[in-house]
Amino acid sequence: MSGQQYDSLKITGGTLFDGSGTETDNPGLLVRNGRIEALGSSAVNASADREFDASGCVIAPGFIDLCCNLREPGNGQKGNIASETRAAAHGGFTTVCASPETSPVNDSSAVTHLIREGADSRGSVRVLPVGAITRGLDGEMLSDMAGLKNAGCVAVGNGSRGVRNARILRRCMAYAQTFGLTVMFSPENQALAADGYAHDGGVATRLGLLGIPEVAETAAVMEMLLLAEETGVKLHLSQLSSGRSVEMLADARKRGIQVTADVAMHQLCFTEQALAGFDSRFHVRPPLRSEADRQALVAGVRDGVIDAIVSQHQPHDSAAKQAPLPATEPGLSSIESVLSLGLELVARGELERARLLTALTAGPASVLGRNARLAEGEAADLCVFAPEQSWQPSVQTLVSAGLHAPVLDRELPGRVRLTLVAGKTAWTDQR
Amino acid sequence: MTANDPSPNHLQLTRDGQLRHFLTLDGLGCELLTDILDTADSFIEVGERRIKKVPLLRGRTVVNLFFESSTRTRSTFELAAKRLSADVLNLDINTSATSKGESLSDTLLNLEAMASDMFVVRHSQSGAPHFIAESVTPGVAIINAGDGRHAHPTQAMLDMLTIRQHKGSFEGLKVAIVGDVLHSRVARSQIRALNVLGAEEVRVIAPGTLLPRGVEDLGCTVEYDMARGMRDLDVVIMLRLQKERMEGALLPSEREFYRLYGLNQDKLALAKPDCIVMHPGPINRGVEIESAVADGPQSVILNQVTNGIAIRMAVMSMAMGGQVAERQQKHSDHEGARA
Repeated sequence: MSGQQYDSLKITGGTLFDGSGTETDNPGLLVRNGRIEALGSSAVNASADREFDASGCVIAPGFIDLCCNLREPGNGQKGNIASETRAAAHGGFTTVCASPETSPVNDSSAVTHLIREGADSRGSVRVLPVGAITRGLDGEMLSDMAGLKNAGCVAVGNGSRGVRNARILRRCMAYAQTFGLTVMFSPENQALAADGYAHDGGVATRLGLLGIPEVAETAAVMEMLLLAEETGVKLHLSQLSSGRSVEMLADARKRGIQVTADVAMHQLCFTEQALAGFDSRFHVRPPLRSEADRQALVAGVRDGVIDAIVSQHQPHDSAAKQAPLPATEPGLSSIESVLSLGLELVARGELERARLLTALTAGPASVLGRNARLAEGEAADLCVFAPEQSWQPSVQTLVSAGLHAPVLDRELPGRVRLTLVAGKTAWTDQR
Repeated sequence: MTANDPSPNHLQLTRDGQLRHFLTLDGLGCELLTDILDTADSFIEVGERRIKKVPLLRGRTVVNLFFESSTRTRSTFELAAKRLSADVLNLDINTSATSKGESLSDTLLNLEAMASDMFVVRHSQSGAPHFIAESVTPGVAIINAGDGRHAHPTQAMLDMLTIRQHKGSFEGLKVAIVGDVLHSRVARSQIRALNVLGAEEVRVIAPGTLLPRGVEDLGCTVEYDMARGMRDLDVVIMLRLQKERMEGALLPSEREFYRLYGLNQDKLALAKPDCIVMHPGPINRGVEIESAVADGPQSVILNQVTNGIAIRMAVMSMAMGGQVAERQQKHSDHEGARA
């Protein structure tokens, strides 16, 4: 990973969010040789090459994104590892899971190595590749899962594509379970989703948009939960969009099924109404659904039924969104706005700040079997943000190659001031 | 534009509330719709003159951009533009330009460069005219001639003109729309227009597979049984049924559809005796309507076609007026800023 490294850096002032859900005053945090060397009173008197004044800021473990598209290899016009990991650092993220939906698809160790080498040489944050669960993501033949795992894939998944039928899905799960691989599935029944691209609800009816019914998700969630129960695989349901999915997830947990889940930040903040003016930015998949769904998803995060909030970052070139809505490509350039949109939920009283930060740190870390803590001896992956300061996403301020951010026309709260990855500065707003 | 502004009016109206594009009936009020009908009424007289021309669009270039083929709608738009003395260019684009790799935006920018003043757009994708008006050529007046399943506002307005001619007003009217509402841009625009103009009741009559989810929220009641649905009707509007509907498991057969939802003389007899029969065309005789009804005394289908020219003249002249007013406004703002 590139980035400037100081031998030692002391961060003083502000509030520490230590990853366990509590916030305390920060007397001092000393980073040396890529690790947190001292924290609290032992750091107060320590001297360092450089100091960072974090007054008014929150110091949190670096955010972890379970669902991010870096567009490399293959889609250079939409973004690349250098541009999109820098955007991630601007958003406070220090680790991103790279979707297998690249070109070629990440279904072999060769592609996994290519991604890891790209991340090592040009990346600003840690990149954890997710392998394709089927060859070419065609949903028909198993990928070389053992080889993918050896090459460094942290899980296998289907990206945003479906698996042809339940028999193949069952075999995918049984095979992944053999190697202890987590399967990350975006649940969508392809036959029910058909040619749709918007929530099958009031807005689609009025605008004559082709709908994806809620049952396209819930039928797939139910099928996946039953198959996970039978095969014993660790299942992670990715990018939920329906309130009923949250209920089904909670019930499955009670029955003892090993299942975790995430939701994209835009699903917590927007509804089908965002499409009312044919705004193609909000053509996302799964689609934005009703206000009741949005509230149920927020409640799912609040209650801990949903473990993680993801960016589902999908940078595009402008041509991909410059067409009548049905002809545009789905996805938002979202990773730089996740924290800010979350802080708006906090400001509206829908979510506690500690819960938001947990869903961006310890929650996704546990899905990956990792830690996200600010503690002595841990790697110095952290983010310092000023919740009271604002910024406006725009062509000038966005770092991502994708300029179709969910909010472009107004100020957002929460400014990331410093992102450290293994002690190196991945993002700073200071010169 | 903000993501949460559902009203398209920032796009289709000028600051003074004049029409500058005609994209959808959503957001347009009773006064404006009545204004369109009254203006169309005044143009009907033009069609009866020996020289059927007025100079309202003289020197203006109107381009008929049909990305989806249509003989009738295009012909009436062409005639309407010519009666307004505009220069008319007809382009049937289908998929040829895009198959050559040119994007929709590039095609339109090229046409704009030819000094076009108005695009009449028919497109298979919902929202295409919005996209063009908002992002591609905002300085060209856009008239929606039918987009995907979304809207067909000139068709709905010519239907309203036809209803008003026969019924005098919309007050107390009970109107049914029968058939494939799911795929119909015409039905969506008609439901909107009838609600705004004050019809007492709008019913849709169709099987569940041909109704969009939550259709009631558009402002209508749902009736599955046609015999019940025909009661007390003042107007019945039949929709065209595409043959492809059998393939997607939406309907079992044309025969069953006709038996249940086809309009024949027996079913028509259940409505009010002066109930008028309408159809946006082209009609499928024996699929959604019996010939004896389509050609019968209660049918006003051919009046609809005649009214189509007058409505399109009205909308084109009004949108051009708004567009020109806005250009002048911008120009004087600019001059004001310089002074």
